[in-house]
Amino acid sequence: MIKKTPDKDGHFGIFGGRYAAETLMPALIDLERAYVKAKADKKFQKEFDYYQRQYAGRPTPLYFAQRMTKALGGAKIYLKREDLNHTGSHKINNTLGQALLARRMGKKKVIAETGAGQHGVATATVAALFGMECKIFMGEEDIRRQAPNVFRMKVLGAEVVPVKSGTATLKDAMNEAMRYWVSSVRDTFYIIGTTAGPHPYPVMVRNFQSVIGRETKRQIKKEEGRNPDVLVACVGGGSNALGMFYSFHKDTKIKMFGVEAAGYGLNTSQHSASINAGAVGVLHGNKTYVLQDAHGQVRDAYSIAAGLDYPGVGPEHAYFHATKRVKYVTVTDKEAIDAFCFLSRQEGLIPAMESAHALAYTMKIAPQMNKNKIIIVCLSGRGDKDAQTIAEKGDI
Amino acid sequence: MVTRIGKKFNELRAKKEKALVVYLTAGDPSLEMTKKIILALEKAGVDIVEIGVPFSDPTADGPVIQEAAQRALKTGTTLTGVLQTVAQIREVSQIPVVLFGYFNPVFSYGVKKFAQDARKAGVDGVLVVDLPPEEAHELRQFTDAAGIDFISLVAPTTGTQRAKKIAAAATGFLYYISITGVTGTAAPKISDIKKDLKKIRKISSLPVAVGFGISRPEQAREIGKLADGVVVGSALVKLIAENSNNAGLLKIISDYAGKIKNALKSA
Repeated sequence: MIKKTPDKDGHFGIFGGRYAAETLMPALIDLERAYVKAKADKKFQKEFDYYQRQYAGRPTPLYFAQRMTKALGGAKIYLKREDLNHTGSHKINNTLGQALLARRMGKKKVIAETGAGQHGVATATVAALFGMECKIFMGEEDIRRQAPNVFRMKVLGAEVVPVKSGTATLKDAMNEAMRYWVSSVRDTFYIIGTTAGPHPYPVMVRNFQSVIGRETKRQIKKEEGRNPDVLVACVGGGSNALGMFYSFHKDTKIKMFGVEAAGYGLNTSQHSASINAGAVGVLHGNKTYVLQDAHGQVRDAYSIAAGLDYPGVGPEHAYFHATKRVKYVTVTDKEAIDAFCFLSRQEGLIPAMESAHALAYTMKIAPQMNKNKIIIVCLSGRGDKDAQTIAEKGDI
Repeated sequence: MVTRIGKKFNELRAKKEKALVVYLTAGDPSLEMTKKIILALEKAGVDIVEIGVPFSDPTADGPVIQEAAQRALKTGTTLTGVLQTVAQIREVSQIPVVLFGYFNPVFSYGVKKFAQDARKAGVDGVLVVDLPPEEAHELRQFTDAAGIDFISLVAPTTGTQRAKKIAAAATGFLYYISITGVTGTAAPKISDIKKDLKKIRKISSLPVAVGFGISRPEQAREIGKLADGVVVGSALVKLIAENSNNAGLLKIISDYAGKIKNALKSA
């Protein structure tokens, strides 16, 4: 039986919760109250819908990937085209929601962490849209490998704050954003980019992203007259996956696959597979699966996809794993690169390296499935930002 | 049950003295030195020591303590090692010891085993920065039973109702965070502390220690007039870092602690 989740303190089973420093607790409680109120307010919903439609470009198409389907010779493959959103990924769904909430709460400054830069760009974009001051915390290593997104954020008027601590990637950017928030909490809104962090972020981000699944459900009904058999999405923190899965999770006939980044392989230490290779722990305000050593020190994550390069995972994913509602699988860098090239050549769609993980897993299962089965893949973002990385690897 | 912490505050109250609480990161530069430093600080007049258990992702700490934690982790410091160090200190000293840190290393160790082993080692209190009252039961069910104080934080952002709830559940002492920020990054405003402590005094009779950003004897004296104790952290950690290869380290930190303690005597 699926219990109502999360509970009043943000727990999904044993996961989630609010493990935050006292200085932030009152702000988190305020945020939760403001969010619950906004969610029930038709005016807020209307405003959110308006910007989704007129600004971000929703609804995004559900595209039947005919050549990909034919080449794999099995199940019919549909792609949910989140890459067509303004700013090039699903991230804008959430930043629009949180920025509107920030505006309602009278906050004129926003901060965010970013890995690949997609969430940073989406935050800088809504900050410009609503005339807010914006600071984006980004690891130095990510600044190097995602230079185009850094320029975009600067063009949009955001300040990009380089983070040098730790491995200088997403986890450290989030640490630094939280530290900054501790000192600026009275007038600053922290726009977290994924379904992680302390309550209410995991549930709030999931709800803002759930438009993906709601549209998909309607669209596949129209195309095929029924629900899909399989859903596939990549999982770093897990916001595009939860956005896709949430509207379908009660229909237990639908199989769901969350694809984690195996990097160089789970037998190496170079991966980001928190569910498949981590242990339960507490990181960034919530209890979830965390990549860590035997003493509870968080390990560095690795993936070729900067947006998956995170040693934790959203607590609702941890819960879906524990309750076996979603199966979490892994895909290596190499498999993801192959899928990146495959989709580009087969369909003329360059996927984000993150989304390429979901495609790579789809390429494994589609040929095994009957032709009358339907797979929907969340194509969470476009891959222009990754072309350089792939070129450097010598695969093009 | 009154712990060493409670006894210390009672003793100081009787003498009309204020407590000097110091924080240092365990294992920086080594656990062996951590032990020597604590014993030297005790001689210099430190009343209570907070031993920081290093964590890879200290989101409430400023650069000084972040870097100390990184150094300590590089030399292989673990919670097991920290508990052994406390046990060694306990063989020769009765100084009240608070373990200060983040939840994940404790969770990974096992909350029940941690409470038992901490008690055996002679730990008097725990302060887990990212374990607010809403989540505290998970650990307190064992630490309370082991007679270990659960030191709770009150921040400048904490409202009165919430402060009441926190104070009602707290044991040992209340730790008032004197700045809206991470450790060691700004000097607190005395007028703000005065206002907030007045509020806290009304709702709790527990001793109150004030920390985050206190580094100079004059500050300690000012705040000592208002609180039952002051906590010095980053300033000491920095002094240790700067002199870790200096043969005179113990004397340098003892002199520093002595000056703060003297300032508190005249508070």
